[in-house]
Amino acid sequence: MSDAVSPSRPLARLNPLKDQRLWALGVALLGASALFVFWGGAWRSAYILELRVVKLAGLLCVGSAIGVATVLFQTLTNNRILTPTIMGFDALFLLMKTILVFVAGVLALPVLGATPTFLADTTVMILATLAIFAAVLRRARHDIQLLVLVGVIFGLLFRTLAGFLQRLLDPSQFAIVQADMFATFSGMDQRSLAVAAMVMACFFLWLASRYAVLDVMALGRDQARALGVPYDRLQLQILAAIAALVSVSTALVGPLAFLGLLVTALTHALMRSHRHGLLLPAASLISCLILVVGQTVFERVFSLNSSLAVVIEFCGGLLFLFLLARGHIK
Amino acid sequence: MIEISNLSYSIAGQQILDGINTHLQRNQITALIGPNGAGKSTLLGAIGRQVDINTGQIKIDGEDLQNITPQDQARLMAIVAQHLHVGSRIRVVDLLGFGRWPHAKGRLGPQDHFIIQSALAQFDLTDLENRFLDELSGGQRQRAFLAMAHAQDADWLLLDEPLNNLDLKHGRSLMAHLRQMVSEKSKSVVVVLHDLNFTLAWADQIVAMRDGQVVFAGPTTTVATSEALSDLYQTPIELLNLNGHFFAQYHR
Repeated sequence: MSDAVSPSRPLARLNPLKDQRLWALGVALLGASALFVFWGGAWRSAYILELRVVKLAGLLCVGSAIGVATVLFQTLTNNRILTPTIMGFDALFLLMKTILVFVAGVLALPVLGATPTFLADTTVMILATLAIFAAVLRRARHDIQLLVLVGVIFGLLFRTLAGFLQRLLDPSQFAIVQADMFATFSGMDQRSLAVAAMVMACFFLWLASRYAVLDVMALGRDQARALGVPYDRLQLQILAAIAALVSVSTALVGPLAFLGLLVTALTHALMRSHRHGLLLPAASLISCLILVVGQTVFERVFSLNSSLAVVIEFCGGLLFLFLLARGHIK
Repeated sequence: MIEISNLSYSIAGQQILDGINTHLQRNQITALIGPNGAGKSTLLGAIGRQVDINTGQIKIDGEDLQNITPQDQARLMAIVAQHLHVGSRIRVVDLLGFGRWPHAKGRLGPQDHFIIQSALAQFDLTDLENRFLDELSGGQRQRAFLAMAHAQDADWLLLDEPLNNLDLKHGRSLMAHLRQMVSEKSKSVVVVLHDLNFTLAWADQIVAMRDGQVVFAGPTTTVATSEALSDLYQTPIELLNLNGHFFAQYHR
């Protein structure tokens, strides 16, 4: 069992199921989840149990979506400090959502149910991401400073455009958009949660067969292509996956800018490996663990409802500044 | 044989390659030489499909490069670029493992491990195999990438200024190693060289470039003359014959 754990045996056949660190994370997450669900004798009330299980499922969805999306994004950009949110992915999602609501209002389309709305949002988001970020990545990949700058400007542009359109919406339509604008972990819709989980499951299955080629892609475009990896095609597919995952988490809880950064920093510190077969599960477990433990502490111990997002953003933001100051942008 | 016909490449209005017509022979060490900005690296990149050419054609053994799948190409040629940068933190031995990707797709068998170990030994890296790439010196990292290309075990080896960071010993052993691969394993090597003396000592063929065009090409012994080289680099170069070996004297 020790071969996957000890970093001194590289090249060993990868088996995530044999990695003790992943098991430890899994057990910790299981414990935290049980604590979250059963705290204060919740088993006595089926109603409370159901509420909590739905919320837990939401946290797990969002956690793994953000963890995986961030690792993938950092692989594509060859960089340890960028996250999809820093590049304005969530702002793009909100813009697309606003546009959809706006257009639906103008054309007087009937209000769709949660499921079709969610699917429409995600599809539009994937298309918009491919159109915008595929072009940006192709031109600016070698220049991280430029990439960050473009991301910040795009984020601002998307946010401002969305803000402008939101001003034109009538109050009831605005309420639809507003639900996605701020990060909250309460009041997740059960049906969109189920759809989100299904969308994610599809992308995770697709990824599970490709984790080895991701290791090669992390070498960079030229190296990967020289080794026979169809880099550009895979890049598009992975961008689509990232867009879908960001849509899932933004639709469920709202934008979380720095959670991904926090998660990948912890993941790399813990795993000390370049292999996505280890990095991806570790990142999603750590991400879920942060959310579930954080939510338990805030909801049950401090009886606060909406401050978890703030605290995560605060810690993540500090880490971002710390990494910047240490010169980890490369 | 690699045949290059009417190859042109321009970027941002700048003509980098301008109607290149030449061929690179199998089972030879071919040196690409020429002053800075001649387009040597771009030509190498075009052959390795790292730059997308505007016009012209590259054929390998009669097959148009465009018709070769990336997977087949990776088994056909290995390329080591001039600037080696890897974003992720990986170990030397893992890097070599990637060299086996075109053959093993991440599932390394005993044969792959054997090739990796012998590549480590060939490039004097066995002591460094568990070091991270960003903990290595420039020359050591260069050797790690060269070893990875070796492990890739392709017919063609395209190297862009491989001597750049290497000390005398490793520079010489690299060239000897390339010679051995050509003569014993019938590989073919195309290498961008700046050191004329290494070129004269090891290259079978020379393709000399300037301003995106081929100035002269052919067997080293016939085309490498004092006049041709002086003209190519626009600087006086004298060839000295020392015990049957030619040395370029251009330092002062």
